[in-house]
Amino acid sequence: MTLLRVEHLTMRFGGLVAINDLSFTAERGHITALIGPNGAGKTTVFNCITGFYKPSEGRMALQFGDPAVWDEIEALTERGQRGLECRAGSLFLLERMPDFLVAQKARVARTFQNIRLFPGMTVLENLLVAQHQPLMRASGWSVLGMLGLPSYARAERAAIEKARLWLDRIGLTERADDPAGALPYGAQRELEIARAMCTDPVLLCLDEPAAGLNPSESAELARFLRTLRNEHAISILLIEHDMSVVMEISDHVIVLDHGVKIADGPPDVVRDDPKVIAAYLGVEHDEVSQVEAEVGL
Amino acid sequence: MEVFVQQLINGVTLGSIYGLIAIGYTMVFGILGMVNFAHGDVFMVSAFIALIAFLILTSWIGAGLIALALVVVLIVAMAMTALLNWAIERVAYRPLRGSFRLAPLISAIGMSIFLMNFVQVAQGPRNKSIPPLFSEVIVLFTVDGYDVTVSYKQIAIWLTTGVLLLAFWYLVSKTALGRAQRACEQDQKMAALVGINVDRTISITFVIAAALAAVAGTMYLVHYGVVSFADGFTPGVKAFTAAVLGGIGSLPGAVIGGLAIGLIETLWSAYFSSDYKDVAAFSILIVVMIFLPQGLLGRPEVEKV
Amino acid sequence: MAAEANNVASRSSLLLALRAAARTALIAFGLLLPLIAFRAVHDIRNELVLETRWPLFAAFVAIAFAGRLLWELLPRESLKIRLAAFARAPGQLLSAAAACLVLANVLRLAAKSLADTDAAIALAFTYLFAFATFAFVIGAVGAWVIRRYPAGTETGRQRRHQIGVGLRTGALGFLLVYPLMLFWLAGSQGSIKWIDNFGIQILIYVMLGWGLNIVVGLAGLLDLGYVAFYAVGAYSYALLAKSFGLSFWILLPLAGILAAFWGVLLGFPVLRLRGDYLAIVTLAFGEIIRLVLINWVDLTNGYAGISGVPRPSFFGIPFTDGPDGFAARFGLEFNAIYRTMFLYYVILVLALITAYVTMRLRRLPIGRAWEALREDEIACRALGINTTTTKLSAFAIGAMFGGFAGSFFAARQGFVSPESFTFMESAVIVAIVVLGGMGSQIGVAAAAIVIIGGTELMRELDVLKAIFGRDFDPTQYRMLLFGLAMVVIMIWKPRGLISTRTPSVFLKERKAVSGAHVREGHG
Repeated sequence: MTLLRVEHLTMRFGGLVAINDLSFTAERGHITALIGPNGAGKTTVFNCITGFYKPSEGRMALQFGDPAVWDEIEALTERGQRGLECRAGSLFLLERMPDFLVAQKARVARTFQNIRLFPGMTVLENLLVAQHQPLMRASGWSVLGMLGLPSYARAERAAIEKARLWLDRIGLTERADDPAGALPYGAQRELEIARAMCTDPVLLCLDEPAAGLNPSESAELARFLRTLRNEHAISILLIEHDMSVVMEISDHVIVLDHGVKIADGPPDVVRDDPKVIAAYLGVEHDEVSQVEAEVGL
Repeated sequence: MEVFVQQLINGVTLGSIYGLIAIGYTMVFGILGMVNFAHGDVFMVSAFIALIAFLILTSWIGAGLIALALVVVLIVAMAMTALLNWAIERVAYRPLRGSFRLAPLISAIGMSIFLMNFVQVAQGPRNKSIPPLFSEVIVLFTVDGYDVTVSYKQIAIWLTTGVLLLAFWYLVSKTALGRAQRACEQDQKMAALVGINVDRTISITFVIAAALAAVAGTMYLVHYGVVSFADGFTPGVKAFTAAVLGGIGSLPGAVIGGLAIGLIETLWSAYFSSDYKDVAAFSILIVVMIFLPQGLLGRPEVEKV
Repeated sequence: MAAEANNVASRSSLLLALRAAARTALIAFGLLLPLIAFRAVHDIRNELVLETRWPLFAAFVAIAFAGRLLWELLPRESLKIRLAAFARAPGQLLSAAAACLVLANVLRLAAKSLADTDAAIALAFTYLFAFATFAFVIGAVGAWVIRRYPAGTETGRQRRHQIGVGLRTGALGFLLVYPLMLFWLAGSQGSIKWIDNFGIQILIYVMLGWGLNIVVGLAGLLDLGYVAFYAVGAYSYALLAKSFGLSFWILLPLAGILAAFWGVLLGFPVLRLRGDYLAIVTLAFGEIIRLVLINWVDLTNGYAGISGVPRPSFFGIPFTDGPDGFAARFGLEFNAIYRTMFLYYVILVLALITAYVTMRLRRLPIGRAWEALREDEIACRALGINTTTTKLSAFAIGAMFGGFAGSFFAARQGFVSPESFTFMESAVIVAIVVLGGMGSQIGVAAAAIVIIGGTELMRELDVLKAIFGRDFDPTQYRMLLFGLAMVVIMIWKPRGLISTRTPSVFLKERKAVSGAHVREGHG
């Protein structure tokens, strides 16, 4: 079942083509990894999907609920609408939505390459800000909350409970009342993921979650991501350079080089693709077979 | 048409003054990333220094040598104002470098208030006016009895501005000092690592900014013949508008922005109402900031995600 | 040997200090020569002539020299350590306080007997030493609390919390009885100035500071044009009350709504600006509003302003001398102080409402979103927070409180003119917020008391006249010292008086967040 369908995505900055005619899909309940050398345009893809950049061309559609709503996609594109929400399911055209609506309505959550927590707020507050939308509704857009109605207090307690659940999972309950900026690096990375999860996403976009972690922390992260997928039925889009993590947990790998897709498939197939190896080694791919022959592969 | 040409002449004169102050804003913003709020008041103080120097000189020498006296006044004002701005940077901004971002701005606002009230207390709240200088005019042409004129004063202002801008441009684009400045603008830590004395470079930036403001201050005094302690704020904000209009951080932009603001102000006063000329300047500031935040010659800022 | 080396060291350090002092004196010489040594004055024919003030100039240069020399020679480090040790001992602080009291009284009596005509000097000494005593007592109590109840332990935390609650209750009680106490102590003649200039005036700025604190301190948007909303509130009240005769209590909320409306109107286009740009654009907006008030003479009467603005009544009963007046109705003798007291309580209630609403909002999702916005706007957007409406709500609510304060100001003065709404006012309010410590309500209130109270106190310091001569006017140094104080406090405490942040919610315990982690926003 397809969750996200990216078609002919192109992003130009002035004369520079960062992404060129990229198409791929991400399946529901899968971990889809987006890999490629530095400057391949991976983060740009994320920024387009999450609405921070407006793509120059292309369509990005995200669907959850009943897959039958996929049939509406052409009609939706024709009508020039942002998306469709009905009881059966929802379908959104992400390129038409501003960043905060992508998170709010299409339920795409993300983390950042250089961690973006709220460093002066406590760990708990970070997780409550992530639940802004439901809490805002519960507080009657602050009016009922100002009046001190019990319904808001109940909603806040539930939100704190949910935050505590996630804190237990990443082992940060003890530090709930410390400022996020005071946490060690690895804990900040995990907190950022937990914060994203608190928005109840259907798609979680992780931008190099293992960057700066040591091997055992990376392994722990891989386990964590796998449990997220298995227990919470969440789909993950992952940018990562740590191949041990990628190969271990991905269901599907897409390889980008210079803004173009050069390979797409299950991890073990992609791993042996000469084009991919060439891209990583920075040589033309016929040279690779030559080198491989020389070393007896 | 004749009114337009006349206003063009007046506007360029006013614009040169704004442009010179604007360079100070743009240089300091470029290197420290802060709006030096006190710069307008530094300009006002420089006009007062010029006034005092002028009075000292004219009480010594006769009126025949006024031109020479003005050259001396200009040099004295530049030197004294440079010292003042050096001291301000040393006392009010340097201790706050690398601190909370709002702190230098608040410190600068405090300095601006201090300078304004210092001049008010030391020199009195009244407007100080000097007798008009070089008021002879050259009639360029006459249409229906309306003389389009340019005064010697205006020519002197244009010439001085032009010469000083050339010298200044040479200084920042062709010398080691200019290279050091640009390096500090890009990355202060890296500049320090390759052996640039960052503190000294920043100090020199303030000194140059003040010297140019002093040129503007002297010209303001010569042009209007009157100065008061409150004259720093409005020209300061307008010069900042000019810097933003030209693209903050860009030196030619500051000059072009200054000329544009000067022209807009004089033309607005001539054709619409002089009551609302400041409203016009402020509105331009807002419109430029909203629709063209990088200014005419500035580099566009790309949001980093 | 050692003594000799010591001698050489001290001689060379003296030489160094002398050299530094000479350099400072030289710089002071250059800085002060044009504007202090000379003064341009208009003579009888209205021509500018120069006066010289060499003695004054020499005095300033000498002070610069001596000051720097002292600074270089003082053993600053060991003094600091000794002072800190002294401040930690409550007993010593208390005895110092007692000494201050005794000294103050001795000095007061001495001054009285020396110049019995000049009671003002004696009074000033009393204020000065009362203030010092007050500071010492506060210090002693603080030192005692810190020693008695260390922050690390459970009971210590509880006791500290109780003490905090007690202090707040005490402060509130003091604010409630302040005018009555003054009235009782000093009578109606003596107390009116203290209720008006110190009570009402400070409370207006506390309220403005708290209002702006929502925008600057919580949402991290630097607004240098806050005075515009104050002006909107004041002119709304003045114009509507004069032309339609509506009462203060109807116009107060209306003025707030109008100001909030303007906040949204002005806020909408500028909210995508960041940093200093936002500051300058809001400054420009403030100036435009003032210039329009000056130039739209038909509506606002220009520079001359609007006079005869109706004063507030006691819920319908006017404060006039007559059978229908407040005094007559309540069986009191007519006295202007009743209105002043009433105004005091009105602004006190308004300020407390501002504080309460802000405190509540901070614990609601909207308040948390404001602070998150200050910390990281991009992360906010990634979490689905609509940053535009969040910023606008901060702008609107901040503006609304500015509007309330403005309409109160108009009602209190009975007169409004553009003079009251210059950029200077915005600068003062921003200074209060930043000096107080962004986001901290207690800090903002303390900063307002120090800044406004301090500058008001300058009016009272007639003692300076005795030092500098009869024609010395301390009031003209008010803003001079104000500007200087802003610079000095920023260098001393760049993050303001209270730099820690109190979390809006906690799981186990509420721990203050150190200022080092808190960001200041890019707006």
